[in-house]
Amino acid sequence: MGDLGVQHFVVLSAIIFCLGLFCVVTRRNALGILMGIELILNSANLNYVAFGRYGGGGYDGQIFAVFVIMLAAAEAAIGLAIVLGIYQTFETIDVDATDRLRG
Amino acid sequence: MSTTTAAFYLLAVLTTASALGVALAHNIVYSAFALMGTLLGMAGLFVLLGADFLGLVQLLVYVGGILVLGLFAIMLTHRIADVRVSNRSVGRGAALVVVGAVFVGLVRTALRATWVTRDSGPLQPTTYGVGNAFLTDFILPFEIASLVLLVALIGAVMVSRKEVKG
Repeated sequence: MGDLGVQHFVVLSAIIFCLGLFCVVTRRNALGILMGIELILNSANLNYVAFGRYGGGGYDGQIFAVFVIMLAAAEAAIGLAIVLGIYQTFETIDVDATDRLRG
Repeated sequence: MSTTTAAFYLLAVLTTASALGVALAHNIVYSAFALMGTLLGMAGLFVLLGADFLGLVQLLVYVGGILVLGLFAIMLTHRIADVRVSNRSVGRGAALVVVGAVFVGLVRTALRATWVTRDSGPLQPTTYGVGNAFLTDFILPFEIASLVLLVALIGAVMVSRKEVKG
């Protein structure tokens, strides 16, 4: 891999993770929050693959990443269905507006 | 600087800039298209790390599936043109402090740790190995994954369909 170390990928993954966390914390649009979660999952995947590559080249890291992608697909399907349900009920997908259960 | 290093920095810039777009864009549609840049850059990084199969799965499932699904959801929930409604952000200052602290902690740990790495030899096609591992060592998680996807599919239909009375 030339002069690229594993820390290059770990730092890049940390950047993506923090941007995803920022997105989740600040966004008030439910779809924006879901996009932040996708960023976080992708950063985890990058770590899995990088450690798999630098740890001897087995397939375990890549297989974990495939499972994460699978769960992300399931999460996106369910999450978007819930968002559409919220929209039909509240006429908005602003998560601050959906506080009917607040005591 | 070798070609690999140059490719890494190119993909890193693409990924980081797109992720910034996802986190900061004023319009939710711009966020979605920026997410496409991040996912494409990630696929490139996977290929750079020798995971060619995973890079293609990333393209097929994320860019071809999840992103299109997300764009459909954005288009179905109207008033996307109104910035204050479509992509409001709150508490950016406080979030910046917390996220910055997390970031500094992560990067300090990543740079200080002594990573024990092993050379994994020349790059080779991974499809055979991944498929073999799925049907031998990881057969149970693989089957459970198919069940999870089936449940998610039925659940998504149940949640999003209109209630038919009578």
